[in-house]
This record gives sequence, C-alpha cells and structure tokens, in this order.
Amino acid sequence: MSYGVSDAELGEVQRRLAILRLGLLLVVALLGVRLWYLQVRDGPYYRDLSENNRMRGVLLEPARGLIYDRHGVLMANNVPSFSLYVSMEDVKDRPALVAKLNGLLGLDPELIEKKLSVRAPRQLPRKIKDRLTLREATLIESHRLDLPGVMIEVESQRNYIHGQVAGHLIGYVGEISAEQLERSDAEELHQGSLVGQYGVEKTFDRVLRGAAGQKRVEVDALGHAKRTTVIEKPRAGNDLYLTIDVRLQRLAEDLLGEESGAIVALDPTNGEVLALASRPAFDPNMMSRELTGKQWEEIVQNERRPLTNRALQGQYPPGSTFKIVMAAAALETHTVTPSTPIHCSGGYLFGRRLYRDWKAGGHGYVDLDEALVHSCDVYFYTVGQRLGIETIASFAKMFGLGRETGIELPSERTGIVPSPAWKERVRREQWYPGETISVSIGQGYVTVTPLQMASLIGTVANNGVAYRPHLLRAVMDRTTGHLQDVPTVPRETLAVKPDTLKAIQKGLAGVVSRGTAARSQSTVVSIAGKTGTAQTAALRTGPEKDIPKKFRDHAWFVAYAPVESPKIAVAVLAEHMGHGGSAAAPLAKSVIEAYYTLSPKTPIVAVGTLPPPPPLPSGSAEAPL
Amino acid sequence: MIDRVLDERRLDGFDVQFIAIVAAILGLGVLSIYSVTYTQSGSLPFYAKQLIWIGLGCAAFVTTWMVDYHKIARLSYVLYAIILILLVVVLITGKTSRGAQRWIPIGPFAFQPSEFAKLVLILVLATYYAAAPRTGWMQRVLIPGAIMLPGLLLILKQPDLGSGLSFLAVYAAMLLVVGMRSKAIGIIFLFSLMLFPFVWEITWTSLHDYQRQRVLTFVDPNYDPAGKGYHALQSRIAIGSGELLGKGLYGGTQSQLKFLPEGHTDFVFAVFAEEWGFAGVMLLLILFVILITLSVEVALRAKDLLGSLLAAGVVAMLCFCAVVNIGMTAGMFPIVGIPLPLMSYGGSATVMTLASLGLLLNVKRRRLSLFY
Repeated sequence: MSYGVSDAELGEVQRRLAILRLGLLLVVALLGVRLWYLQVRDGPYYRDLSENNRMRGVLLEPARGLIYDRHGVLMANNVPSFSLYVSMEDVKDRPALVAKLNGLLGLDPELIEKKLSVRAPRQLPRKIKDRLTLREATLIESHRLDLPGVMIEVESQRNYIHGQVAGHLIGYVGEISAEQLERSDAEELHQGSLVGQYGVEKTFDRVLRGAAGQKRVEVDALGHAKRTTVIEKPRAGNDLYLTIDVRLQRLAEDLLGEESGAIVALDPTNGEVLALASRPAFDPNMMSRELTGKQWEEIVQNERRPLTNRALQGQYPPGSTFKIVMAAAALETHTVTPSTPIHCSGGYLFGRRLYRDWKAGGHGYVDLDEALVHSCDVYFYTVGQRLGIETIASFAKMFGLGRETGIELPSERTGIVPSPAWKERVRREQWYPGETISVSIGQGYVTVTPLQMASLIGTVANNGVAYRPHLLRAVMDRTTGHLQDVPTVPRETLAVKPDTLKAIQKGLAGVVSRGTAARSQSTVVSIAGKTGTAQTAALRTGPEKDIPKKFRDHAWFVAYAPVESPKIAVAVLAEHMGHGGSAAAPLAKSVIEAYYTLSPKTPIVAVGTLPPPPPLPSGSAEAPL
Repeated sequence: MIDRVLDERRLDGFDVQFIAIVAAILGLGVLSIYSVTYTQSGSLPFYAKQLIWIGLGCAAFVTTWMVDYHKIARLSYVLYAIILILLVVVLITGKTSRGAQRWIPIGPFAFQPSEFAKLVLILVLATYYAAAPRTGWMQRVLIPGAIMLPGLLLILKQPDLGSGLSFLAVYAAMLLVVGMRSKAIGIIFLFSLMLFPFVWEITWTSLHDYQRQRVLTFVDPNYDPAGKGYHALQSRIAIGSGELLGKGLYGGTQSQLKFLPEGHTDFVFAVFAEEWGFAGVMLLLILFVILITLSVEVALRAKDLLGSLLAAGVVAMLCFCAVVNIGMTAGMFPIVGIPLPLMSYGGSATVMTLASLGLLLNVKRRRLSLFY
C-alpha cells in the first residue's frame, strides 16, 4: 500500500484543515454564547425555577398483585399504611424535633438521630418510621405546626390475611437489596422498591410486581404541593390463584402444632399442591416489615430454624417408606415375583454383622405383600442385597429422588440418592456392601424431602404417571381482567409395568387395612399408605420415652386416597415423633378426611370459571423518589 | 537539519501539556459522576468503575500511541469486518437497556461495539483515501459511502442515533479534508435530497417512541412540557441555575434530586454546569478548545496524508460528540444519546476516546522522525 501524495495535494489538505479548525472554534464559541445566556443572563430565572418552584419527581408505586387460594380465598393483599418522613431542608431545630418525636410517639432518640443522618441528598426526605397506627398519624398531623419538615405519607403495605398460615409457601416481601438492584432484570426497580424475597412472592415477583408510574409535583418554598402532573400511571401487578386450599393448609399446620415437621398434600392426577405445611413457622407480616436487628437475630439464630421450609428443604432418611422404591425395583428386575417367599427370622446375617428386623423373632415366611404390610426389614435386606446399590439408585432416581421436583419455590433441596460414585465423589471413600443393606430400608446415606415423597406416592397412586408438583393455578391479568392460562404441567410416565404398580398398591392398601398403620383406618374414605421410621441416632436401646426427644426417630407416613381412584396424596414427616404408624399416620388420615368432609361452601371450580376478583383497591400508594 | 529534528523532538514536551489537559477533563468527569451518584447503592460505585475504565483506556492509549499507525492502518479493513460482525451479534443476542439493543454482556460488564465502530470507521476511511490518489467522485464519495453504509445501518437498527450521526460526521469531515469538487458536492446534495424521504422514513420508524417524542419536543417546546419535554427543560434549568459561580460540589439540586435523568452519563455536563457555574463551564470549554487546537495542529503537520486524515477524523469525531452533547443539554439540539467525550460515565466510550487520542499522538510522534 502506498501513502504517497504530492506536496501540493498535502498542502491543499492542510488548507482545508485550517478551515475545519476555524469552523470548530466558531461552533464552540457559539456554545459559549448559549451558555452565557443560560447561566448568566437568564441564570436568576432558572435559579428561581430550581429553588422556589421546585418540581419533585414522585414515583407512583404500583399495587402488588393479590394472592388467592384455589377457591378464591384471599391470602395476601395490600393495606394502606402510614409512614413518617422528615424533610431535612425544613428542619431548623434538630434536637427539638427529636425530642418532640420522642414525646409524641415514644421513638428512641438515638434511632431517630440515626435515621436523620442517613447519607443522602439534603433534599430527599428521610423515612423515620413506617406502619404508624392511625392514632399516631393523627397525633402527628395535629401537631403539624410544631413539626416543620415532618410529613406523613400513605404507603401500601403487604398484608398476609391468615398470618402464619402458608407463610413458608407465600413467603414475604422486602426492600430490594443492593445485589438485587445490580441484576439486569431490576431495570424497572429502584432503591426502596419492594420485591418478593421468599416463597411464591419471590418466584412470581415479576408477575405480582406491576410497573411503577410517576408524577411531578410542584412544591412551594414551604414544601406544600401546588400542582401535580401524572406522567405515567402505575400498572398494577397481576393476581395469582394458587393450587392450595387454605382450609387444608391451616388444618395441616394445626395438626403439626408445636412439633417440627412437614405435611404435603397434592392431587396426584395433575400435580396441584393442596397443602404444603412446615413447622415451626413464622409470620410473613413481621418479615415484610422493617425488622429490628434483634428480631432478625432471634429468627435466624432460633435453633428450631423456623425459616426453613421443611417440606422442600428438610432432608430426612425415608425409613421404610423407601420400601416402595425397593418393591418396584425388585419386581421390575424380576429379582422376586409378588409371591416369592423370603424367610425372616428376625435378623439378616451379613458378614459378621447381624442386621435386625424391627420385630424381634421375625415375620417368618413373607411374600412382597406381607413384607409391605408389616414392613418386614429382612425381606428388603435380602432383596436389596440381590439388587445391588446401583440398581437401587437408578430406581430411586426414576421415582424422582435425588433431584428437585421443580416446584415454583426457591431453594428446594435434592436429598441424596447414594451410590458408589456418589460416595467416592463426596466422601472420598469406597462403598461397603453393608451400606447397601442399610439403604434397602431407607437408612444410611439416603435422604429425601417430604415434597419428594408426596410426589412419589402420588406417582404410585396415579399408576406411574408423574406430574411436577406445582402451586400456580391461574393468573388474573389486571389490565384485561382475563385469566391467563398457566402452562401445561410437565408429566412423565415411569417405565414400570402396570402389574408392578398393582402389586405395590395392593400392599399399600394392606398397610392401612391390616398392617402397620391399621389404627389410621378411616370410616370416610379408603386409604393406602406406607409408614416409616427414620433413625436419627445410630445406636439406641431402651423404650422410646426414655430417650431425649432430640434423639428420637422421625415419623413418616405417605398415603393416598381413595384406594380405587386416588384424588389426594399425602406425605407427613414429624420430627422426633417416633414411629410412623403411631405418630404420622393419624395426621395424614386427618388431612385426607378433611379433604373429603370440608364444607363445600366454596366448591372446587375449574380454571376458567374462577370467581371474579374483588375490585381494585382505590388509588396507589406513593413514595418520594 | 539534525538540529531541527532534535528541536522538534523536544517539542514532544507538548505531549505533556496534551496529556495534562486530557487528565484534567477526565478528572472533572469523575468528580461530576461521583457527585451525582454518591448516594446510589450498588456493589461498586460508578465513579470507581469509571476509574477502572480510565485505567483500561490508558492501556489502549499507550497501545495506539506506540504501534506505528501505518501498521494499524494495514489492519483497518480486518478491524472493520470484526466490528460489523460484532454489530450483527449485538442485534441478535445483545443486552437491551432502555429500549435499545447496544451491548454485548461480558461477565458483569457490557461492551458497546457501536462506540468502537466510530474509531474503526476513521481508520478505514483514512486508509482508503490515503492508499491512492482519488480523483473521480465515484472514488471520492460513493465508494467510501458504501464502505460506511453497512456499519451505519447496523447502528441505526439498534437504534443508536447518536453513534449513527457520529458516523456521518466522520464521513463528512473526511470528504471535506480530501476535498470535493463543486460538481461532486452538487451531486451529493441532489442524491441526499432524493434519498432523504427514505432515510427519514427508516430512521423515524426505527426510532423508539420516546426518541420521536424528543424530536417533536425539540421542534415544538410546548409539545409536552410536563411530560416528555421535561428532561430537556430540567437539563436547561440545571445548567441555568448554576449561574456564574455554580452551586458547588454536591450542591446541584436538579441533579441531586434525581430529577435530571442520566446525570452520570449523557447529562453529566448539566451536572457539571449546575455545580461549577459559568466560570467552570468556560474553564471546561477552554480545555476542550486547547485540545482541539493541539489536535488540529497534529493533523496539519502530519508527515503524510494518512496521518493527516487519521488526525482529522479523530478531531471531527470528538468535536462532534462534544458539541452535540453540550448543545443538547443546553437545549440547542434535540436530545440524542451521545456521551460527552472524557466526561460521561461509560466503559466503551472512555476506552474508545482514549484510544483515539493515542492514535492522534501517534501521528504526531511519527512526524518527527525521518526513519520511520
């Protein structure tokens, strides 16, 4: 490439460049003149505009979408709430203000000082207290003249009508965090925005959120609004209809009472979750407020971990409920037929170690049906030994264990389906054959969540067709008033022969009619299920009542009803409550009976004919920008 | 002769003056960014990120300064091809922000190819014109226009009106410097007149609603004084209320009340003008004028046409951005998204601007040696 040019041509270029320079300098000079006009000649005028006629940008917060249960019972709404703001520009005597607020509302002077000293532009009002009572707000308003710069703003507050009920599931809202603001999906959000921080509120935040509007408020020197222009109306968030039945949910939580544990009920024919209870619980109303450091510490450091949603975050050994998976594996691999007898003498000798049956003296000769009905351990030790750990693991995974169910809630845990590869990876140890025997009765390394077990028993009840458990039934579009379709729930059909499922279903029906859960027979509806007792400590002796509670076993019961055409599947886990048959099964029975006997005052309606939503709350709350 | 060369080498000392002015403008920019965003939460504050961009920009500056610009020019067509590919990538997978798709996300950051496209266009056009004598209007006007067109269209599609206009400004400056006969100017004028309705149609329909509103607002200030016209008005109030001496650092009520939109990016000049007043603004303009004069000097005294054209392109682009940005905040032009060079917050723009200044000093440096 040659860049050669004649001197003459270069000279011509340079002459033109000089013209370019002249032009540029002229333009800059023009800018200077313009700025002189703006800043010096008209400066005082614009200064007036900026100071005496201050225009304030005010965000119009959208009304957050409401949350209903499956029958249209309101679970979360928004209520007006009073917040106290102080505009520092108008505060002349700060100590006097602090003293007066302390006198009127009993606020801690130190706290007020702290809030007044927030690092923010002088012109932005500082929020001193939210959730004032009507009485407090009136008190402030009546002392308005003594309190220059103090403002009461009406804001919207999330309200959970049933308090603790379904708290884990619905979750709560909170001010957006700095990290959340950084994310790209936070573009429409701003500091101080309320977003879902847990549960359904978090998962469906985008649906519930709506979009903020804005208005301009012209204020005079005293800060009084003179003129308001709405630039953009806020758009309310959409409403959610959940699959749960709040009555069933409340019952499930009441059944657990002060104990720790979880109850999950779902419709096996479509995966809709009817109840998802976890105890101990918390009040989402409290979490959605500004917590004090002490309150937060109390909740986080509580040994009973009330913030953990045990239904999907609690990981427990499945105990004998795992025998359902074992039975399916044994039949599918032709390791046994339903009528193959296996002798149980009360123990299973492997190497030099004797693995005991729960029943001293043993069950004698048992076939698969009897083994399930009476939960014979030796039968499954034997079967497990023949299957091998790899086969057991593959069937457990097929039934959905060891992975998330995919329910629309944050932080679901997977539990563990152990295998030699898993043990090598996680613990850097080899697999011992004896460990296979423990896994065969749901002990050892295997852990599951109550939600997984509810899904598993539901799949068995539904003849091998598994639906992903889900909570969203319908979305009501606030702008159009139409019910939006919820995407079809994924389903999969397990590769298990119908005969295998029939044999297992027969056994599970026997568990309730004449087996380990016989005391939970219902006169209302026929129930099938499987008890389980998950050991928490390896070696224990003596009667249950002599053992300190925190070392007692967890009680499991997974069940479905009615036996003939299942409509509800339930998993109950009660921590440290002992045997599944005595502690967990009655709870499941209560939930199932309630499902069939609850007053049909709000009949279960199909999506598309849901009751109309209540009218929109009038107006939207405002927050200073 | 040797003495003269050495003397001129000593003139390299003027680079210190040049760099000092660039540093001063960068510093004023960081200060304004800090002032307007210091209350915003976030893991890393904007001013700190801007300092990182400036650091990266310095690396780019040194690179484009040290490597012989003839070598860089040899790569220009390749670079242009890469930029065109990146612009296509942006349209396919880019990150959308405020209605425009301009960014390619890289980890937590985002990269804006349209900024770099401006510099690459300067390289391509300068290389094209310098490679051989260009006589006919076909070679002088149409072919370079055709070279520019794909980049221009891709940028307008995003849409990024500001960068698109910068493209046209660079093209126009090159034409002016290379020289056009009156006949050629007449043909271009007629041609543009014929094309105008189509271009306008494409541009107007590809504009976002808010951009159309801005143009309408500019044409008629009373179009929507409380609504879409408000940003322009607020910017004017911010600048005007700065008066002679300004409201002082952090004292700008317009910007601090978050009334001024994009206070740290496109409207950083309004923030600066509100806090520093007319005195500060004049200081800034003088800094820019010295920078322009020194830069045009480089173009004038370049040893070859390529150097001259490169320098002229850089000057034209930077001046265009600065003038349009200040003009739009002061209400002289409609609001189009163009950052103020060296002042506005933004990674791609800061790195690109410093790289082009490096290229400029490169041209100056080579002029002094007989042996390059």
